[in-house]
Amino acid sequence: MSGRVPMLEAASVTKTFVVGSRFRSGGIQHVQALSDVSLKVFAGETLGLVGESGCGKSTLGRCLLRLYDLNGGRITFKGRDISGLGQRELRPLRADMQMVFQDPYASLNPRRRVGDLIAEPLRVHGRRRESEVQDRLRELMDLVNLSPEFLTRFPHEFSGGQRQRIGIARAIALAPSLIVADEPVSALDVSVQAQIVNLFMDLQDKLGLTYVFIAHDLSVVRQIATRTAVMYLGGIVELGETDRVLHRPAHPYTAALISAVPEPDPQGNIRARTILRGEPPSPTNPPPGCRFHTRCPIAQERCRVEVPLLRPLEDAHSVACHFPLDGPNLPNGAAPGHA
Amino acid sequence: MPADMPTPADLLLDVQDLCVSFRSERGTIRILENISFTVGQREILSIVGESGSGKSMTSLAVMRLITDPNAIITGRIIYKGRDLLQLDARAMRDLRGREIAMIFQDPMTAMTPVYTIGWQIEEQLRAHQKLSRRAARARAVELLGEMGIPAPAKAATRYPHQLSGGMRQRAMIAMALSCNPSLLIADEPTTALDVTVQAQILELIQRLRQDFGSSVILITHDMGVVATVSDRVMVMYSGIIAERGPKPLVLAQPSHPYTLGLLNSIPPMHGARPRRLPSIPGSPPSPTGRPAGCPFQPRCDFRFEPCGTRPPLFANGEQEASCYLAEKGLPDWPHERAIRAEGRQREGAAA
Repeated sequence: MSGRVPMLEAASVTKTFVVGSRFRSGGIQHVQALSDVSLKVFAGETLGLVGESGCGKSTLGRCLLRLYDLNGGRITFKGRDISGLGQRELRPLRADMQMVFQDPYASLNPRRRVGDLIAEPLRVHGRRRESEVQDRLRELMDLVNLSPEFLTRFPHEFSGGQRQRIGIARAIALAPSLIVADEPVSALDVSVQAQIVNLFMDLQDKLGLTYVFIAHDLSVVRQIATRTAVMYLGGIVELGETDRVLHRPAHPYTAALISAVPEPDPQGNIRARTILRGEPPSPTNPPPGCRFHTRCPIAQERCRVEVPLLRPLEDAHSVACHFPLDGPNLPNGAAPGHA
Repeated sequence: MPADMPTPADLLLDVQDLCVSFRSERGTIRILENISFTVGQREILSIVGESGSGKSMTSLAVMRLITDPNAIITGRIIYKGRDLLQLDARAMRDLRGREIAMIFQDPMTAMTPVYTIGWQIEEQLRAHQKLSRRAARARAVELLGEMGIPAPAKAATRYPHQLSGGMRQRAMIAMALSCNPSLLIADEPTTALDVTVQAQILELIQRLRQDFGSSVILITHDMGVVATVSDRVMVMYSGIIAERGPKPLVLAQPSHPYTLGLLNSIPPMHGARPRRLPSIPGSPPSPTGRPAGCPFQPRCDFRFEPCGTRPPLFANGEQEASCYLAEKGLPDWPHERAIRAEGRQREGAAA
């Protein structure tokens, strides 16, 4: 994989938010949302970004599209460094990189008709004739399996799944090559969720799209992602082929995350579960050393002082852990793999 | 009623033919239709369904929290031998919190932001028991500790917004359990939480029946959560019971096409990845747009002529389903599933 040129590359991306105010107790605080994040996205693949709330996966998605300015690092899209570009310079690029949002209820303007909502990017970006716009609208509705009659209706007339289809139609209107989808199915009912996951996969086949797919649901990510990056507290802790990461996790956090997923297994989940104690620490005051050491079942002295870097194992699989795990199961409080 | 259901002596709650409808300008809207279920002592019953299926409305009806003057509630809700629908407001208020307690999805909106966690638990204790302020505070701190909150004495002095989501949910469970209720109704208690925290809360809910002897009604949309904690399951769809029975049976051999569809549409964590996920076409109907006959039939791959009339619950051992296919015993799903998958592929090729 290293020989290929990535479509999108993030190198040591850092993003800090300033919260609070100097007029309030606590004063100004800096939230380190992303610290030193590097990853590559290759053409035609789906990169899954998973992690718990507050781990920085949405922030990373928005930084990749330069919806946020970076505090450090570099983002390269199709060979061009886009980290320093201003809004005006970014605008032509936006046609090629689009986003699908989580909440189909909040991301569509309730006062505009579906046809206008989907046509907006076409009208803003292209100098198309109105007849061309109408043809493209029909084509798009067909791609997302909605009836063209719906174009004259308003968003409130649709169910959550249909609204998400409208959001997807709008994102693919300008034929982008990259789509960042931020939790696109987590607000939907289970029966509808499967339809939308299938739609994402069909569109990838038909249009050759590249996805960065952000989700907290590991089973959805397993279904759609070719490679998966697991994030914890602003950093990537593990990255590799999806099945490799989910079935033979090398990072104790990934292993605990997988074991916490309740599965619809009729026998109940009798398998040994590793229940992590506590909750992720605050990103305003991250712990020193490995950020996971406060909850890690196999943390050692070294983990408390030295930050583990993301380093390659075999098979394009990398992990940020001093003591990566070997097997599929996390030994309950047992000694680390390579100690 | 099947033979090995809990006997009336073990029954804590027996809901019979519960119907809830609302009068509106466009006529009466039926929300729940003939919902019957039981909860035994120390039993965990899961009610599963998608949004709009009526699962939350069921729990609100049991708590008598539907206060809309246009609501029409019929049926019987027998709790420890008394019909809750016949109780006056005062008797009901006495029962709520002490006998039946409820926790909600979002603890931030369920707690008042202007008092500390400790104050709110004390208030609940003192409303139902004769306790001094000091004794109530001691009990509140003890409860917070039992729920696994670190430094409970300090946590009791915190306001809800100062705690994390998982800690708030623990505080709410502590409040719900403060009067040792016999029945805890948990409405999507882990939906807003991360999986690692969800695992902690589910473990806590399972422990309740040992430590507190409580029965639990767990309302959820997540089949994984159902599999983890419950004894029995009731699947709801569009205001009716689609299927109910012991958890291992319902999950291993669903007898309603909706249950089957729900289970199939969850992407598997192990084994081969399906090229396409089996999905249920369309979306759940709104209460005003419910189809005649079986409400699931427009989305059902197995519909046939009888589905035009509403199917009753057909029992098959301990498992019951409102589907004509379940009438003749369990349908041969693996066979049906193959036909269904084939149909989908053809459909996909045509599109």
